[in-house]
Amino acid sequence: MPPIPSTCVKEKREPPRKAYDGVVLAVPVTVPYVRYSIRAAHWWLARAFSELLKQSGLQKGHVDGLTVSSFTLAPDTAIGLTQHLGLSPRWLDHVPLGGASAVVALRRAARAVQAGDAEVVACIGGDTNHVDSFRLTLANFSQFARDAVYPYGAGGPNASFAFLTAHYMRQHGAKREDFGKLCVAQRANALKFPHALFKKPLSLEEYLAARPIAEPLHLFDCVMPCAGADAFLVLSEKRAKSLKLPYTHLRGTIERHNAFASDSVQMRAGWALDRDDLYGQAGVEPKDLDFVQTYDDYPVISLMQLEDLGFCAKGEGPGFVRKHSFTWDGSFPLNTSGGQLSVGQAGAAGGFLAMVEAIRQLTGEAKGRQVKDAKLGLVSGFGMINYDRGLGSGAAILAAAKA
Amino acid sequence: MLRQKRKNPVLRTRLPTLPPAARSRVALGLTAAAALGRFELQQCRECATVQYPPREACQKCLSTLLDWKTQSGAGELLAQTVLHHSNDLFFRERLPWRLGLVKLDCGPTVVAHLHEAVSRKVRVKAMLDRAGQAVIAALPDKETHDMADDRQLREFTCDPKHRKVLVTDGKTTLGQALVRALADSQAELIWVGHAEPWKKFAGFDELQKIPQVTLVPLDVTDSKNVREVAAEIAGKVDIVVNNAEYHRGFGISGRQGVETARAEMDVNYFGLLRLAQEFGPAMRSRGADGNASAVAWVNLLSIYALANFPPHGTFSASKAAAHSLAQCLRAEMRPAGVRVVNVFPGPIDDEWNQLLPPPKVTAAALAKAIVGALRDGIEDVYPGDVAQEWLARWRDNPKALERELSA
Repeated sequence: MPPIPSTCVKEKREPPRKAYDGVVLAVPVTVPYVRYSIRAAHWWLARAFSELLKQSGLQKGHVDGLTVSSFTLAPDTAIGLTQHLGLSPRWLDHVPLGGASAVVALRRAARAVQAGDAEVVACIGGDTNHVDSFRLTLANFSQFARDAVYPYGAGGPNASFAFLTAHYMRQHGAKREDFGKLCVAQRANALKFPHALFKKPLSLEEYLAARPIAEPLHLFDCVMPCAGADAFLVLSEKRAKSLKLPYTHLRGTIERHNAFASDSVQMRAGWALDRDDLYGQAGVEPKDLDFVQTYDDYPVISLMQLEDLGFCAKGEGPGFVRKHSFTWDGSFPLNTSGGQLSVGQAGAAGGFLAMVEAIRQLTGEAKGRQVKDAKLGLVSGFGMINYDRGLGSGAAILAAAKA
Repeated sequence: MLRQKRKNPVLRTRLPTLPPAARSRVALGLTAAAALGRFELQQCRECATVQYPPREACQKCLSTLLDWKTQSGAGELLAQTVLHHSNDLFFRERLPWRLGLVKLDCGPTVVAHLHEAVSRKVRVKAMLDRAGQAVIAALPDKETHDMADDRQLREFTCDPKHRKVLVTDGKTTLGQALVRALADSQAELIWVGHAEPWKKFAGFDELQKIPQVTLVPLDVTDSKNVREVAAEIAGKVDIVVNNAEYHRGFGISGRQGVETARAEMDVNYFGLLRLAQEFGPAMRSRGADGNASAVAWVNLLSIYALANFPPHGTFSASKAAAHSLAQCLRAEMRPAGVRVVNVFPGPIDDEWNQLLPPPKVTAAALAKAIVGALRDGIEDVYPGDVAQEWLARWRDNPKALERELSA
């Protein structure tokens, strides 16, 4: 693999990045997903926002900060949504970074709260899915996609990730069974998550026998587009305590965009560049984590994250998979609500699913799939296949309140 | 490839669909080069970095001086996939569909349509798809004899093989060379027009000996005749090659009256219009009619269509008119995926160019270039050295060319 390019050389940060002391995450919300919806994205985002108020006991006016992530909100953006929902925040951000949105929204919101620019920030992500939404989203996803990907079979992300998967299999000896193991384990986790759209157990045999979509990807390697929304609040620890809300701390986060641009095929992303920064800020090591929520639009991307985030060396993903069980009650709990592969991918909510599940695990609210003594969890985000690879990567380490 | 079975006439003919056609303006640079059969990518004038996908600024040094430059197309196939699902109608009807990710020797990684016979080393080229937009296709490193038969590649080309062709004028040397070239490339049936069926022209017997040939009385200046011929064969023609041409010397002051100029317009411009009106609709309806659908319409224009050549001034004007009309035809045929191929030869080595010095393009070379363009999926053909030189001069500075030609 080519060396890390000079444009993104890691340097020891002086002074070190400021910690996220005093800022917490609370009120994980999932608006139950459906395969198709005749509602607009606004409906889903409104439901998420109103659920945040209901569960926190806050009034509309108390929420003075808002981040919005959505693919299908067009022609509106976050600012249009303020009028639509009758909000008057003093701090607003539109975070259209696909699967990296939740981590990035959290980073923005946490600094805003820390600096006093906002007291309570609602981070919401959601999308609708009409019968023809997905095709339209793909056709106009980005300039590069429209010019240089969509005219090639219009396979969407399936085709792009088929290339990465094929290349990964050839380079690192991964087998379909390795990807299948992750999918099967996540389905077992999903059976304990009431909002998962997939309700039936999945066996490895069924996984292997599924029809091909974009070889080597088969049906169960691909997320199912759906409608839904997820959200959480970012606020000061003091405020959370006074509202008597269960919360989690934010110990460290990173984001990076368009890393390793000169790699011919994507085999790594920004995490590989910034993970020391992440663990350094959090003061923990990979082995200290009790669970991991990866961005799992395709299983190969989960393997890439496990490698880049230091749980195993580059190329050792297949061996790592063979060693662990990945269920919520097994070794190395991964995507404990079933991940997008078994819950569904509600557009930009996809990255939020991991975040709300991490908050639930760390506040002891993951009913029926609670990882025992979960104190530290990692959430990873990955987004925007602009051309041939995912550009955005981010990660956050969250800690239970008493940790 | 086996010859297609005759279609069951009771079955509905599939309506044409097109692959996704939207492109940014800057990406049309790839299309402009592909129309000429060239593979060009943007290259930074300051740091020489080759760019893809097309963009507005150099990804390395941020210069906005990006020039479209010919690239070799050699590369390595990094990964491949076979799509069994597509979000687009055109591809849904053609699944499974092969794609590759290719690292080009010149730098960028490209997503490409993938030929069936590729191994690790590939050669990519830009080709026009049925929507008329450029796409990149990855082909075997070395040419194989049946390479053009690849099912996917045939979607980008207009190969005459197994197709039915109309050549509008069989009387000229060029017309006869075209018929021979089409027969050699295994066209299934060739209708050959001749305007004055009561006269036996030179080469008539040789034409009749070619098994695929059927002679049809066709006079492009006779609206009624064109309509009658179209009523009989337009629903079967896959490729029209309109080579009917009327060519006389002189400009304005060398002649009296407008009769010659009118005759030139009647064949060169109105002839095309008549053919397009009568054959166009039927061909549009057969744009996706199986493996040997209606695919192409070839116009014999002239390099003089770009800039007037005063010694052949009225002829130049009629070809300029035909060129403009051909652009209209191209726009109207595009929804059906039928390609309009415009051919811009320099002087042809025939009786009407007797006084022009060489080099002149021979009928055989021109016929070969036209069939080659159909096979390669090229849209604008400038065959021969004179045409290439005029094109280069015209692109460089049209005003300078005008002065040079009037000298």
